[in-house]
Parts: sequence; C-alpha cells; structure tokens
Amino acid sequence: MLKLLKHALPVLTIAFALSPVPEAWSEYGDVVLNRRSEQAGMAPVVFPHWFHRVRFRCKVCHSELGFEMRAGANDVTMNEIVQGKFCGTCHNGEIAWSAENCGLCHSGLPGLKSRIHGGHETLGPGRW
Amino acid sequence: MKLSRSCMVGLLASGLLGASSLYLWAADSRQWKSLEKDGLHDPENPALKVMQPPGAALRLLPPDSAGNLVNWVKALRDRYINPRTNLYETTQVRILDSDILMKRTAEMPYVLFPHRAHTEWLDCSNCHEKLFKSQAGTTPVNMLAILQGQYCGQCHGAVSFPLTECNRCHSVPRSSVGVPQTAK
Repeated sequence: MLKLLKHALPVLTIAFALSPVPEAWSEYGDVVLNRRSEQAGMAPVVFPHWFHRVRFRCKVCHSELGFEMRAGANDVTMNEIVQGKFCGTCHNGEIAWSAENCGLCHSGLPGLKSRIHGGHETLGPGRW
Repeated sequence: MKLSRSCMVGLLASGLLGASSLYLWAADSRQWKSLEKDGLHDPENPALKVMQPPGAALRLLPPDSAGNLVNWVKALRDRYINPRTNLYETTQVRILDSDILMKRTAEMPYVLFPHRAHTEWLDCSNCHEKLFKSQAGTTPVNMLAILQGQYCGQCHGAVSFPLTECNRCHSVPRSSVGVPQTAK
C-alpha cells in the first residue's frame, strides 16, 4: 500500500497540476451563418467578431459595408461576395485572403443554426 | 515513512510544476477555448490549423471579467490595437464626445451613456435613427426590451459586454448631489 502511494503521489500531483480548466462556451460574439450554406452543400460559416474587431472597427462592416446588426438579417450570397460585396470587399486576396479559401469561412459543424453563439452569461439576444 | 529518492525528485518536480502553473494562473487566469473544442468549428476541417485561436490574440489585450474577457474600450484607448476606421477615403469618421444621463431607471442607479466610447467603434447611423432617436429622452428604452435584444441589447449581450454587468451602465448613484431633475 505504502509502495503504491509512493508511486501514485507524484503522478497524481502532476496530473492535478496539468488538469484542464473546465469547458466554456464558444467564443463570445461568434456568429453562425447557415441561411444558405448547408442547403448548397457547404458547411455553415462561422464568423468570429473578436478576430475582425481587432483589425476593424464595428463601423467598417456595419456602416460602410451595410451589414445589418442582427444575425440572420443579412442575405449574403457567394455571388455577391465574389463580386466584391459584403465579405468580398476585403476577402479578395488584397486586404484579406480571397474567397477561394472555402474552408476558412465554411468551417462549422453540420446542423448549426444561424445566430450569435458564445453568450457569456445571459446569452442575451443570441437566445432570441 | 521514508520516500525513495526518485519519489522525492518526482514530488519536487511536480511541486515546482504546480507552483509555476499556479503563478501563471494568478497572473492571467483567462482561458479561451481552442477552435477545435468550441462546439462550432468542425475539428475535422484542415483549415483550422491555419486559423488564429482566440487566446493567441486576446490574451495580449487588457483583461475584463465577461464577454471575450477583453476590455475592448481600453484596448482601443491605450492603443493595444488600432483597428481601421474606414475602407473608403470618402467616409467621414465621426466621433462624438458627449454623455447622456438616463434617469428613468426605476430604483436602479442612473445610466450614463458615453457617446465617445461608442463612436470610437461605431458610426452614428448604427444607432440613429433606427434604434434610438437623436433627441434624448424620446426613445422608450426599457430593460425588458434590452434583455430581448432591442435597443442597447442589440449589441450588449451579443458582442459587447453582456447584460450581467449592471453597474457599468447603471453607474450614477440616485443620491448624486447636483444632478438636475429633467425627466418625469
């Protein structure tokens, strides 16, 4: 028993020190766009707000580019993006990588609903 | 009880490891989930390997206790980040530096709305005239609607700090001296 304890103690201590933190939500403000994606045979789009707001202020997309501030309110088609509208204003290989990199946007799990995910505590408008 | 030498070394090493991880935890306890485990991204998608994980960018920014665990207003003010304000040269970048005191807050402290913090990120047209009329006091803002995603709740609770942070908006005590009574 004592021998077992001798060997188990360090292992347990290391395991405790390296134990992962509890699971949390997906990142706050992540938006899933799946109005058209899966119907067209593509994975849903995951749009990370945090990534974009480090680089652009809200007003760039929500004023200059005309994105409505309500998940699901923007009927964005791939055609428009390729023509340089909405996401395509930047995702054209000049400001950001081009629309040929399908998997970078169409990266969601199958069956995800179009809405804001990653609610922190209240879920807030993401719930409605 | 005599512990063998290897056991002692093991204990010492694990102790040091534990202490160092505790120090790191105390220094910045913020944790962000990896893209593979966030419940949204498909872990089988090979493109995930080239995507920036949230923690890589966000842990460099000033901390907050809610939302992205980042104080975005401070990040901008203290120039941790300098996100672009416009894509088109012709766009007028508008900043308004005026506060609005909202006093119809039942028994809660008054709400002080800072235009500056909002216009550093947003354009006037994002809120006016659709969500809020420009004339102060003419928009029937109420907490129930906000909690349902209207008015302030369009962003707060979705992308900006969540609605659990009551006193960040309700920041002016009702007993404040010298606050003129305007609203009925």
